[in-house]
Amino acid sequence: MAEQTYLEAIRAALREEMRRDPSVYLFGEDVALGGPFGVTQGLAEEFGTNRMVNTPISEATVMGLAIGAATAGLRPVVEIMFIDFITLAMDQLVNHAAKLHYMSGGQLKIPLTVRVQCGISGAMGAHHSQSLEAWLAHVPGLKVVMPANAADAKGLLKSAIRDDNPVVFIEHRALYWTKGPVADGDRTVPIGQAALLRQGDGITIVALSSMVGPALAAADALAGDGIAAEVIDPRTVSPLDVEMIVRSVKKTGRMIVVHEAVEQGGIGAEIIARVQQEAFYYLDSPIARVAAPFAPVPAGPTLEKHFLPGKERIIQAARQAVSKG
Amino acid sequence: MAVKKNNSQELVALLRRMWLIRAFEEKVSVLYAAREIQGLVHLGIGQEAVAVGACGQLRVDDYVYGGHRSHGHAIAKGADINRLMAEIAGRATGYCRGKGGSMHIAAKECGFVTATGVVGGTMPLALGAAFAAKERKKGQVAVVFFGDGAGQAGPFHESLNIASLWKLPVIFVCENNGYAEFTPLSAHTKIERLAQHAKTYGIPASTVDGNDLLAVRGAMSEAVTKCRAGQGPAFLECLTHRLRGHYEGDPAKYRELSQLAEWKKKDPIARFTRLLKSRKLISDQAVESIEREARGAVEQAAEFSLASPWPDAAEVAGQVTA
Repeated sequence: MAEQTYLEAIRAALREEMRRDPSVYLFGEDVALGGPFGVTQGLAEEFGTNRMVNTPISEATVMGLAIGAATAGLRPVVEIMFIDFITLAMDQLVNHAAKLHYMSGGQLKIPLTVRVQCGISGAMGAHHSQSLEAWLAHVPGLKVVMPANAADAKGLLKSAIRDDNPVVFIEHRALYWTKGPVADGDRTVPIGQAALLRQGDGITIVALSSMVGPALAAADALAGDGIAAEVIDPRTVSPLDVEMIVRSVKKTGRMIVVHEAVEQGGIGAEIIARVQQEAFYYLDSPIARVAAPFAPVPAGPTLEKHFLPGKERIIQAARQAVSKG
Repeated sequence: MAVKKNNSQELVALLRRMWLIRAFEEKVSVLYAAREIQGLVHLGIGQEAVAVGACGQLRVDDYVYGGHRSHGHAIAKGADINRLMAEIAGRATGYCRGKGGSMHIAAKECGFVTATGVVGGTMPLALGAAFAAKERKKGQVAVVFFGDGAGQAGPFHESLNIASLWKLPVIFVCENNGYAEFTPLSAHTKIERLAQHAKTYGIPASTVDGNDLLAVRGAMSEAVTKCRAGQGPAFLECLTHRLRGHYEGDPAKYRELSQLAEWKKKDPIARFTRLLKSRKLISDQAVESIEREARGAVEQAAEFSLASPWPDAAEVAGQVTA
């Protein structure tokens, strides 16, 4: 067990999978040079630029190229530098990657991993800070994962690369330099399995990606008020591990969902819909969402801080939920 | 696998394949009018020489990607017409178990990887197959068919650029039939010959009479040979015309009747038949029997399809993921 940053864990997963399987190739802008954050540093030196392929700034075509390579027997990984630019590749991702298995009646498989980083960090503004996981989770045929710590990043990326379906692997830029224990050896984390991070019987807090840290900090603070919060990280947003969340809500009777994406149409809405269907009569208070306002991400550092949900808002929402009903 | 120039048996086989496509699509049209086939159906009647001229130069393990008007490409690559017709009719015995339909045909066994409902959408896919082929080093090539309408889409230009940059073994076959849906090409771009774009990106390109089977075959043969030898991509623009509307049911009022009549005179099957006859490579009788056999095979495909079961209701959410 070694301490690793989230970024190093991603790099380790890529390295190990590329060593294990010669059909794994990585395509993306500047990937052979390490990329803007150094995630792929050193991989071109080990695997050569045939497998660590620098591409022009042509997201739509690079995505399609990877899909085509998958139809012809490779197991490609595509890096989209910022999730904001996945918009350019949505046609290929949604119309081909997600649907070719179904539309071909099972003849084609698309073992594609799309690595992309998202979220707010460093006042980068509306075109380099979004969280768009809910769009992707709306598409049948795509799996969507969002690891919140180094161990999950490594284990989920390995699972994504080995999966015979397109998996969008959403990294959070603000987590790249956070450290966590990562078990040695070939450990995978199954796609579609949530993680129970803290047990409690007072309220269930479901938090995703960058919001897992603040949710755990909020749970510490709430314990001081006598509120025992249970914290669950879904880790995968499609397919959702509804079972674990429902089981928790049946115990606690209260829930809040926390994500960095804007509230309207966010994945929280789906989680809440599923929970109320399965556990309506167990609920003691309305389910609340803690999420970003329905606005683009502002560029200035002070506005960005106002935009970003965090520990204080989680504590407030939890207290409110507990005070009702 | 070099093809002997003007081998008479091969030429007759090409005529037979064009007839199979023509008969197949005419039958689809009849079944569509009778509501036995539903949905959006785009026929390539009149464009058979492109599909047959191009695919005739390919191996089974070469990759072909199509567009929304690709029944002919699939048949030319060797797809089974029973399973193809059944797919278009939405039946369980279709290639895609009734989930793909006319615009999303896949017949992987013969190397027709997939078609698409998105104009130009398979151009990047073909690059990917070419990339894989290049890495595998078995001399395979990837071919993508698309229309003139794709020439104004972003991925067209991105694809030409990357194919050229990485010297990928991909052949772009543009079926320039003069119309992007209802609109003539001249209303969408100042560029008359789309091969010009390929030249801009440093790709060897030629424009040929797409209704002349031997012209398509010759240009394709050269492109495939170079591609297999590792010399990079090629672009082949075939000037042709669809004799039907954009889709079945399209009255095609945007097209002058005189223009249609002109193109009918250039019907690729009639032209090629005249050529074979003039070279005494085929008899009238043989021509008749080729047409008869094609129509017979297609009738059987239609019977097979319409007698096939509809997909089970449980299939609706099956195979969403592998």
